[in-house]
Amino acid sequence: MRAMVYRGPYKIRVEEKDIPPIEHPNDAIVRVTTAAICGSDLHLYHGMMPDTRVGMTFGHEFVGVVHDVGSSVQNLAVGDRVMVPFNVYCGSCYFCSRGLFSNCHNVNPNATAVGGIYGYSHTCGGYDGGQAEYVRVPFADVGPSKIPDWMDEVDAVLLTDALPTGYFGAQLGDIVEGDTVVVFGAGPVGLFAAKSAWLMGAGRVIVIDHLEYRLEKARTFAHAETYNFAEYGDIVVHLKKATDYLGADVVIDAVGAEADGNFLQHVTATKLKLQGGSPVALNWAIDSVRKGGTVSVVGAYGPIFTAVKFGDAVNKGLTLRMNQCPVKRQWPRLFEHIRNGYLKPSDIVTHHVPLEHIAEGYHMFSAKLDGCIKPLIISTAD
Amino acid sequence: MTEPASPYTAGKPMPKESAAALMARIPGWGADLDPKDRPSFPREHPGIETGAHWDFPERQQEKWPRERSIEHAILPPVFGTSTPPKGASGAIRKYAYKKYSEARAAHWLLLIAADRVDAWEHHLRSLATLHPDNPLTETGVLSEFTRHGFRSRAGKRRADVSHQWIDPVLVAGPWVLAGLGAVAAVRALTVRALRRPAPRRK
Repeated sequence: MRAMVYRGPYKIRVEEKDIPPIEHPNDAIVRVTTAAICGSDLHLYHGMMPDTRVGMTFGHEFVGVVHDVGSSVQNLAVGDRVMVPFNVYCGSCYFCSRGLFSNCHNVNPNATAVGGIYGYSHTCGGYDGGQAEYVRVPFADVGPSKIPDWMDEVDAVLLTDALPTGYFGAQLGDIVEGDTVVVFGAGPVGLFAAKSAWLMGAGRVIVIDHLEYRLEKARTFAHAETYNFAEYGDIVVHLKKATDYLGADVVIDAVGAEADGNFLQHVTATKLKLQGGSPVALNWAIDSVRKGGTVSVVGAYGPIFTAVKFGDAVNKGLTLRMNQCPVKRQWPRLFEHIRNGYLKPSDIVTHHVPLEHIAEGYHMFSAKLDGCIKPLIISTAD
Repeated sequence: MTEPASPYTAGKPMPKESAAALMARIPGWGADLDPKDRPSFPREHPGIETGAHWDFPERQQEKWPRERSIEHAILPPVFGTSTPPKGASGAIRKYAYKKYSEARAAHWLLLIAADRVDAWEHHLRSLATLHPDNPLTETGVLSEFTRHGFRSRAGKRRADVSHQWIDPVLVAGPWVLAGLGAVAAVRALTVRALRRPAPRRK
């Protein structure tokens, strides 16, 4: 089969690999029809996530058709069209049995602080991902679901991570009616978080980024008020002014490890890998939320220490809430919102890239070329 | 002088738009206003249906000694099988897992160092194959021409443009330094060989 493989920081190529075998009785092998590149894949691509090995196939957002199943699989059959949450999880450990699917303890030997994620380094379990023609899906009776007949394949692939994560980020904010919600980052997760904040009754939604074309999308897709931080000497002061010097009730960090806006943070974290991430957006979130407010973090950070302004968070009495999204918990409600016409995830897709050209897709997405917001990868397997 | 307002007084600033106006403007506004309609409320949901039909999953076969965090009591029953550790990078990785917990900076810094060694091992190995690494195609940099690289940046006030000059330095820099080092080493060896006196005949 053809598969994307990592060759070192900023380098990937497509190679011939064996179709993955069944390794466990509850495995399925899925033939990927559509995958996506996630903003967090760029952290791997840039060499920021520890234990990212040359030869690994990335990709934790994918849908496809069941190609083979293990002997204990009951809920799926060969030929089913399936959507697969980015979480690899067992469904039975202490954490899964309480709904914390992203914190599963039975799928990741390499670390206890994170569950399993497809194609996301050995720090997240060492699973090859779905930017390939075929992928191994453990716990086929737990994670994947059949794609409903009425659902568009593109909407389905966005339901495997980006939409649920944005929606989950808004939930972590514990929004009450009339709240002012600020979202840092107008990428796919930020756009979905902004859109979701309205569903939860926000009175005002503000999105911050430095890419004008993404802010335009935030205005049209997410009905948000927008500010380009590159136009302000100090975006925190501007947000204080914009909120009558109170600060926002809820701030969502939908940027994560590669936040821009501070050269020193960017170079030490993104380039020299001496921090788990560049906490520029997180620090701005802490400083621009009101005292007693809530900061929700759904941007991805690495496991190394990060220079976060924790003293401000303590002194302001903030509630900091965060996690990787337990995707499948979100699906029933998100399906309803899509059917009701409240959400149309595929509206954020800007590019369809053939698997054979994935290196150019990564560069385009990483360098923010051609108005790229969300690139999908089209597989070539029949 | 104007009277002080919130936050210097108790009142909360009035919302710009009423709930009715928001409902009319934004599809689905307030649909999840009640926390009970939010799927991750409360955060923990004991007994949630997951589809698992086991108390503890069957164990996957361990085909090589699987490196694992020393914070795990056992090898978890299911794990990824991508790219087993090999070579010098593999030795560093195994040491990092065996010696240091996730709480130790040394654990992560060794793993990051192993990633760099791994990349070098594979780049050098690829030079001896029919499919050597090709920086032009593997970095995808050609999309600068097909995806409007100049137009995407020029006049856009992007914060990242100010530091993008450092990217090629960091990508190409180690190769240039290694090349210079190799040239220096060859030159030093050559000079040393030329200076060595010829053996005397008896």
